[in-house]
Amino acid sequence: MPHDPLSRVLYIDLTRKKYWVEDRADLFEKYLGGTGVAVKLLEEELPRGADPLGPDNVIVFAVGPLTALYPLASKTVAVFKSPLTGNLGESHAGGRSAAAIRLAGLGAVVIKGVSEHPVYVSIHGGKVYFRNARTLWGIRSSYTVGRIIREAEPGAGLRTIMRIGRAGENLVRYATVITETYRHFGRLGLGAVFGSKRLKALVVMGKQTIPVAQKSLYRQVYQEIYDAATRSDLMKKYHDIGTPVNVAPLNALGALPTRNLSQARFEEADKISGEAMAAKHLARRTACSHCPVACIHVAALREPYADEPYFYKTSFVSYDYEPIYALGTMLGIGDTEGLLKLIDVVEAAGLDAMSTGVALAWATEALERGIISENETIVKLRWGDSDAYVDAVEKIVSQPNEFYRVLAQGVLHAAEKYGGKEFALVFGGNEMPGYHTGPAAHIGYLIGARHSHLDNAGYSLDQKVYKTQGKPLEPEETVERLMAEEAWRQVLSSLVVCFFARGIYRPETVTKALKPLGIELGDKELEELGWRIYREKYRLKLREGFDPAGLEPPPRIFETPTPYGRLSPEYIRRALNHFARRIADLASSE
Amino acid sequence: MPSRLSVVDSERCVGCQLCMFACARRFGDGGLERSAILIRSIGGVERGFTVVVCRACRDPPCAAVCPEDALRVRRGGGVLLDPNRCTGCGHCRDACIIGAVFWDERANKPNICVHCGYCVNFCPHGVLALEEVAA
Ligand code: SF4
Ligand code: SF4
Ligand code: SF4
Repeated sequence: MPHDPLSRVLYIDLTRKKYWVEDRADLFEKYLGGTGVAVKLLEEELPRGADPLGPDNVIVFAVGPLTALYPLASKTVAVFKSPLTGNLGESHAGGRSAAAIRLAGLGAVVIKGVSEHPVYVSIHGGKVYFRNARTLWGIRSSYTVGRIIREAEPGAGLRTIMRIGRAGENLVRYATVITETYRHFGRLGLGAVFGSKRLKALVVMGKQTIPVAQKSLYRQVYQEIYDAATRSDLMKKYHDIGTPVNVAPLNALGALPTRNLSQARFEEADKISGEAMAAKHLARRTACSHCPVACIHVAALREPYADEPYFYKTSFVSYDYEPIYALGTMLGIGDTEGLLKLIDVVEAAGLDAMSTGVALAWATEALERGIISENETIVKLRWGDSDAYVDAVEKIVSQPNEFYRVLAQGVLHAAEKYGGKEFALVFGGNEMPGYHTGPAAHIGYLIGARHSHLDNAGYSLDQKVYKTQGKPLEPEETVERLMAEEAWRQVLSSLVVCFFARGIYRPETVTKALKPLGIELGDKELEELGWRIYREKYRLKLREGFDPAGLEPPPRIFETPTPYGRLSPEYIRRALNHFARRIADLASSE
Repeated sequence: MPSRLSVVDSERCVGCQLCMFACARRFGDGGLERSAILIRSIGGVERGFTVVVCRACRDPPCAAVCPEDALRVRRGGGVLLDPNRCTGCGHCRDACIIGAVFWDERANKPNICVHCGYCVNFCPHGVLALEEVAA
């Protein structure tokens, strides 16, 4: 890649307020970019056994060769040690983050150390500025933080503003980093890592030219990918109703976790489905930079002020499938206004919607069963009572008592302290995503390298297999399929393309897209690359204490039937045993 | 008949910036340095987007202030740059009150839309169009 700046890595030391750039062509040649390179950079920089909330933790943001060059190559990969799971944390977000980093002439940004006072860091024009952020610390709403930085910094339209809310400042272990208001490095607590470093925000601005080796071929391949993204049906589902299109079919299937997964169908699902949301509230669609799909659905929520007639506030709240699940069905909330209000406060606080919803669902059931009382919860939590949940979210952020201090560390900690592990929906320390589709989903949460439903898409395998044969594959076969999917996703997240575009970026398209950039990789090499990155991730996880034999599914998943009926513990056990053997082999392979 | 790029309805704009990338791709490379159109939010993504691009003035202020006569008035409005005459003084940038004179830092010259319509083909949401105008 002649003159492509991708291999430039920016290192930022918050302790000494220093920065420098190194050329890491060695890593980019071997691991392409994105997650592949990010994991190697993390492995180099992170001391073994580092405290996730201590100064030794390291944050790496990385983009890849396709970033800012092709449609849907819109994501940035973040890796760090997760304060929620105590192991490898990885999270992806779009907005304008990926284009901005790439066009600032960088392939990755490594952030180390801890600032002694609140700072935000701004990168533009080849320089890094450490700005005092004392004024921003403690601001109530993350929306306001965005607004202030927008006005203080240059580069409107060409920059990303990644910021944390109060949840991150207060080290809630499932705090997010928000970018461009509606996108998140959502899972596994990157926001708390920012908070522990007193890093309020990271601004990156860039617009530089990325030279392409074969210009006319580049334009031709671009056109093909653009046509596939806009004319075919491959992206339709995300385009029209957005991800909440899944609410109704998952409910019909009996796979929609409801009231802490005491049910898998929600009787009010049709009131908060994607279709209902669109009909009542959809106000605007927005997109990440370089994405024609525009899956971000924004609702308008109009609320009257109680103390003054004819006085209203209108908020713009983005909704997706996952917040509807976690803050809607899991909490038994069946009215769109209440749900949107709750999503809005979670956003303003800078919390991960999924973990927050699962934490509140656990707390509600624990209160119902008398394991804890209102002495602990302060608020009377009741299924469907969105106002009570709004209050409880504020308490997770401000942590007024011991109970909320523990709940802010995640459901696993809370259940270890107060009991109720049988119904604590946690997988390897991370709260459950919204799919009770069958065994593959749950196995997938347990064995995914970053514990995300998007690691290996078990929910999708479940639904496919259900349609074709109505009963699960053999457990070993399920694991093999999940691992193969995850290996391929390592390639996608090293390029880096949005996983929603996986139907477009098939191996032959990836090969084609790389060619004009001067990178020749065939099917076979891509597949090997995927497995190599997969292996490197697991090596790092094992180094940090991951124990595949110690994986435990939450008992609740066996009680509530899936579309396949009740799951069998024996099935899951066999699958996990197989996985443990496979990982041991893989980690020791060359 | 000459044509001009027109912004049909910026309320439909989703902020995908495909038009910006398309404009830069006219030259065969990636990135945005040479783009003559900018999409930015109106005070945050939550309020929607605005399209910043040359609106093809009939009597262009940018050309009027150019001390080198490097900006020729284009048939149909707007301007065409003669890069050999341009010294990179930046007066045109100050003269365009909508901010449609972008700057190519590397070349130290303005980037101004030439109303070619290439970006229109890559706007998936019908925000942009090429319209015919009187000469
Ligand atoms: S660049 Fe600005 S001043 Fe010049 S013709 Fe276009 S809109 Fe008018
Ligand atoms: S009309 Fe041509 S020059 Fe103008 S913004 Fe579009 S692509 Fe760029
Ligand atoms: S391509 Fe169209 S929708 Fe996308 S940013 Fe440009 S004008 Fe807006």
